[in-house]
Amino acid sequence: MAPDPGMLDPGLRQKLGMNLAAVFARASVRVKASFRESSWVIGETVFPFLAMSAFVLVYRGLHAPREYEGFVVLGGAMIAYWNNVIWGMASQFFWEREQGQLQLYLITPVSRMSILIGMALGGIAMTTTRAVAILTGGILLYHVSFPLSRALPALGLFVLTLGAAYSLGMILSSLFLLWGREVWHTAAILQEPIYLLSGFYFPVSAMGLVVAVAGSILPVTLGLDGIRQVFYGPAAHGLLPLPWIPPIQIALTLFFLYIARRMLRYMENLGKHEGRLTVRGD
Amino acid sequence: MTDAIDVRGLTRTFKARRRSGEVRALQGVDLTVHRGECFGLLGPNGAGKSTLIKILTTLLLPTSGRALVTGYDVATEPFQVRRRINLVSGGDSSGYGVLTVRETLHLFSQFYGVPGPVARRRAEELMQVTGLAEKADQKLSSLSTGMRQKLNFARGFMSDPEVIFLDEPTLGLDVEASRDVRAFIARWVRERPDRTVLLTTHYMMEADELCGRVAIIDHGRILALDTPTALKRTLPAEPVFEFQVSATGQDLDRLRGIAGVRSMSHHAHPATGAVQLRVVVDEDDVIGEVLGRLKGLERSVLHLTKMEPTLETVFIHHVGRGLTDEEEERDGA
Repeated sequence: MAPDPGMLDPGLRQKLGMNLAAVFARASVRVKASFRESSWVIGETVFPFLAMSAFVLVYRGLHAPREYEGFVVLGGAMIAYWNNVIWGMASQFFWEREQGQLQLYLITPVSRMSILIGMALGGIAMTTTRAVAILTGGILLYHVSFPLSRALPALGLFVLTLGAAYSLGMILSSLFLLWGREVWHTAAILQEPIYLLSGFYFPVSAMGLVVAVAGSILPVTLGLDGIRQVFYGPAAHGLLPLPWIPPIQIALTLFFLYIARRMLRYMENLGKHEGRLTVRGD
Repeated sequence: MTDAIDVRGLTRTFKARRRSGEVRALQGVDLTVHRGECFGLLGPNGAGKSTLIKILTTLLLPTSGRALVTGYDVATEPFQVRRRINLVSGGDSSGYGVLTVRETLHLFSQFYGVPGPVARRRAEELMQVTGLAEKADQKLSSLSTGMRQKLNFARGFMSDPEVIFLDEPTLGLDVEASRDVRAFIARWVRERPDRTVLLTTHYMMEADELCGRVAIIDHGRILALDTPTALKRTLPAEPVFEFQVSATGQDLDRLRGIAGVRSMSHHAHPATGAVQLRVVVDEDDVIGEVLGRLKGLERSVLHLTKMEPTLETVFIHHVGRGLTDEEEERDGA
C-alpha cells in the first residue's frame, strides 16, 4: 500500500527546524525550572559551597600555597556541572520512564539526540548560575584570585570540557534508558571515587601518572587540570602539557557523541524488542 | 487513499517473567481502520490492547506480521509514522511541575514542529474545550490529578495528528470530566473527517457512543469486529425481561416450569432489598404468563423492563465474562 502522494517527506530544512525547536523547547524547561525552584538553589549551591569551604580551610590551615585555594574553588564550580551531567541529564530518561512520560518523547518524530542536547544546554544554563555563585563566593569570602588576562583561554578550555562532559552524559543517558535502576545505584556508588579521580579539590597529578591518566577518561579531570594550568602555570602541577588538552577534549567530544548516537539507537531498539521501554519500576 | 491502520498477521510474544516459555500477547491479528473512523478496541486486561497500541505507536516491535499506519510500516519507517500520530494514555499525566499548563502544551507541540503562532492558538482552543483555560498560567504542581489528566489529553491533540491513539482516555476522570472528554472526541472527529481515532476503553457506553466500529479482543485475538448495531444484531434474539419484585412471597424458582421460559436468575437488590429478576423467554407473549405466576406467588411487580442488547452483552457473549466481572474478581482477590 503506497503512502499518500500529498504527504511528502519533510525536507532537510524542515527536519532541522523541527529538531532545533525541540532542542530549544527542552532546554527552556531547565532554564525556567532554575528560576522557579528555590530549593534547588540551596541544594546545588549552598551545600557544594560548604564542601568546597572545608577544603579551602584545610589548605589554609596547612599554610598551603594560595593557588591551592584557587584549585578548590575551580573544582567546586566544576563539580556542579558534573553533578548536573549525572543526576540532571544522564538519569533524566530513567525518571521520565518512571513517571510514565518517556513514551511521549519516544513517539515524537524528533531525534532523541535533539532532546538530549536540549537537556544538556538547559542543564548548562541552569548549572552556570550555581557555578557562578560558587566562584563569586570563593572570590568574595576567601579572596581567591584568578588572573583576568587568562580568562579567555580558560573559558575556551572550559567550553571544550563541557562539550566532552555532556557528550559522555549522553552515553550514560542511553544506559539509564534501559537499565535505569542498576545504573542509578552504580552511579551513586561511584560518585565519591569519581570525585577523587577527577581531582576536584587537588591537582590530579598527585595521584601518580597511571591513576591520573586513567581518571582522564572523564573529561572534567583533564579540563580542570588544563584550566588550572591556564590560570596558575607550573604551580598547577599539571598532568599533561597544556597544548595537548584542547585537541584531546575535542576528540573525546566527537568520540562520545558518535558512541552516544549509536548506543541510543541500539538501546532503543533493544528496548523495543524486549518491550522494556515503557515498563516502570524495571 | 491508504487506510489509517492496516495490520496483517500481527504477533507479539514476550518472555514470561516468572516461568520459562513465553507469553503470546498478540496472535495473528488482522485489522483495518479506515481514515475518518473512530474505532473502538474492547477487551479485558491482558487481552492485547495495549500491546497492539504500543506496536502501532512505534514503542514496540512486532514478533511477526506487518503493521502500517497511514501507509507506513511501524517497524521500518517509524519516523514517518511518528510525524502523523499521537498517543494519550488515560491515568497518566504529562509535563513537569515547574511549568504552567500553557507552557506544557507549547513544549510538546515543539517536538512535532508546530509553528509557534499555530501552537499558541491551538493551545488556547484546547484549554477552552477541556476546561483548562482558567488554569492556563498555573504550575502543574498545583493542579489536581484530574486536571493533569485533562492536560495530558489536550497534549495529545496539540500536534493535530492524523491518527490519535486514546488508551482509556477517561480512566480515573470524574463523571463531568469524562463527559467533556467524550464530547471533545466526538466533536474532533466530526470537524475533521480525515482524522482517525483508535480508542480503547473499559466503558462500553463510551465505545457505543463514540465508535463507528468496534473490535472485541481477548487473548491476543480479535473475536468480533463490526458496528455496535451490527454486533448487537448477532446476539441470539430471545427477548430478555428484567423485573423488580417484592422481597416477600413464595419461591421464585417455580417460574422455571413455565413453557417458553428459557432461563431465569434472581438476586436481592443491594440498595432496595427488592429482588432483581431476569427472565429470558422464547417470545414476548410468554411474559403475560410470567406476570400471572408472579401474582400467584404473592410477589408484587415493582418494575418491569424489556432489555435491549447492549455492547456489554455482546462483549459477554464473545469473551465469556464482563469487564465489570473482571474488575470485581480483581478487587475481591
